[in-house]
Amino acid sequence: MDQVSWLKRRKPGIKDAKRREMPDGLWRKCEGCGEIIYHKELERNLWTCNKCGYHFRISADQYRDILTDQGSFVELLTALESKDPLGFVDSKSYAERISDAKKKTGRRSAVMTGSARVDGHLAMFAILDFRFLGGSMGSVMGEKIARLTRMAIEERIPLVTLSSSGGARMQEGILSLMQMAKTSAMLAKLHEERLPHIAIQVHPTTGGVTASFASLGDVIVAEPGALIGFAGPRVIQQTIKQDLPDGFQRSEFLLKHGMIDMIVHRKELKSALAKLLDFFSDDNRDSAEDALGQARRQGL
Amino acid sequence: MAGWLEFEKPLLELESRIDELRSFADGQNIDVAKELSRLEVKAEDLRRQIYGKLTRWQVTQIARHPRRPYTFDYLRMLGIDFVELHGDRRFGDDGALIGGLGFFGGRKVVIIGHQKGRDTKENILRNFGSAHPEGYRKALRLMRMAAKFGRPIISFVDTPGAWPGIGAEERGQAEAIARNLHEMSRLPVPIVVVIIGEGGSGGALGIGVGDRVLMLEYSVYSVITPEGCASILFRDAARAAEAAEAMKITARDLQEFAVIDEIIPEPGGGAHRDPERTARHLGEAIERHLTELEELSPAELVRGRLERFMSMGEYKEG
Repeated sequence: MDQVSWLKRRKPGIKDAKRREMPDGLWRKCEGCGEIIYHKELERNLWTCNKCGYHFRISADQYRDILTDQGSFVELLTALESKDPLGFVDSKSYAERISDAKKKTGRRSAVMTGSARVDGHLAMFAILDFRFLGGSMGSVMGEKIARLTRMAIEERIPLVTLSSSGGARMQEGILSLMQMAKTSAMLAKLHEERLPHIAIQVHPTTGGVTASFASLGDVIVAEPGALIGFAGPRVIQQTIKQDLPDGFQRSEFLLKHGMIDMIVHRKELKSALAKLLDFFSDDNRDSAEDALGQARRQGL
Repeated sequence: MAGWLEFEKPLLELESRIDELRSFADGQNIDVAKELSRLEVKAEDLRRQIYGKLTRWQVTQIARHPRRPYTFDYLRMLGIDFVELHGDRRFGDDGALIGGLGFFGGRKVVIIGHQKGRDTKENILRNFGSAHPEGYRKALRLMRMAAKFGRPIISFVDTPGAWPGIGAEERGQAEAIARNLHEMSRLPVPIVVVIIGEGGSGGALGIGVGDRVLMLEYSVYSVITPEGCASILFRDAARAAEAAEAMKITARDLQEFAVIDEIIPEPGGGAHRDPERTARHLGEAIERHLTELEELSPAELVRGRLERFMSMGEYKEG
């Protein structure tokens, strides 16, 4: 689809299909404090525990509903699907894992990409879905994020990524590693064009996703208590053969060590995002345009 | 025969018998030419047999061979006058990732590379070639210097992976690698990357974003180590050989995926069996690629590099 036609497609009042991924039953136990929480209350609290603040893991669709203005989300790049370049088989074939993940999530890939408004501010969104093979990055995720970033550049719209991933997708071998370079390279171009990238990290964000686009935000925001790191804690423990300190690799640990800008409760996430988008939205468009013109003249 | 691989042993035994016979004959003035040539033929057959059909796991073992030449060995064999520069100006100096200024033939280049150790003392200094964030940040500092002064960059990759440790996480291992991918993609100077041994995941890619990526014939490059993949997907690290097969990690595999540009030939059995010859091939390839890249303007380099990585990946559409 060309850029003009998807912009035109963004009509107000398009109803997003609401898919709620909740287990049957009216009550759920908090994984943080053990509190039994009534389903309706959990939903009202955006799947966080009122008592201990524990953030339940939720789907990409739920994040879309929480973060974006109702009816404003237009999904883009939906046609991309995984291939099986290695013919990879472990206890199950990769092809089978993909088809299971599709059935489970109703999505074709582990990332939902689109444009949406946040309190009126237009942004491009890439929202990872941990339910789809652990939010792992293969060729499709890399391509979707890189193309979405390129659209953000062409339309001069900010980019928001929300990450939740186990890292690169091993079943696609070296091609999945290369997606780290692909996404980071396109983000470097976004950076040169002086467009903002807000990176949101939620539980868990590790491996090749953390070591590429998720760490390349102008501002990095995390949900409380999220596990964020390069190596997983089990790998570190096996390597150094020591106990890991309390709170290691949690959002609060990263904040303390200067790796993220802020920790924001899920209930405040939309307003924090709107504020950031507002700050970066362009009263300084002129200087950005100058830089853009200059870059284009140089043919970059 | 310490430091040799299990599957190499029959050949090494035969080769040492040939050497013994030769030196024995020299002293005794006995004609053993016939016997010698018979054994030589046998050795050649054995060589073809062993190295002609290596499994991907055996290639991995050659890539990790304790006698394999490392970055400093190649700098010496290539006759590079090397001035090592230290430190990331943030936290420390990383012995696992070295860098500096090189006079290479008629060229002035910036060199970065992983460095492994040969003995316990060296391995402590080099951390088995596993860099911390300060290594990646030192490399970035030097690469920015290359950009500032218009010098090409040569990057030697040889690491099991970036170090997974407490300090590494505290200081932002993921951010350090991500930053390098981001910055390297826009540097306005030629970048030639050579995988000389192990290309271990993000730790390799962290200095691996280049205009040309070359691999020595018996090196490997993978998204995760075979042991790591086996432990996660096969629930057993001992099944590394299967994981190596499944992930397709050899130079030939990567050339098929168009992830690398050229395979640099090694002598039968690996670089350690004739390091000088390997270095000659390596030096010739690097010079050839640099010469080609030097024809391009900075804008063409940067555009080409972005296109290179944008083209990687396999998916269905529609």
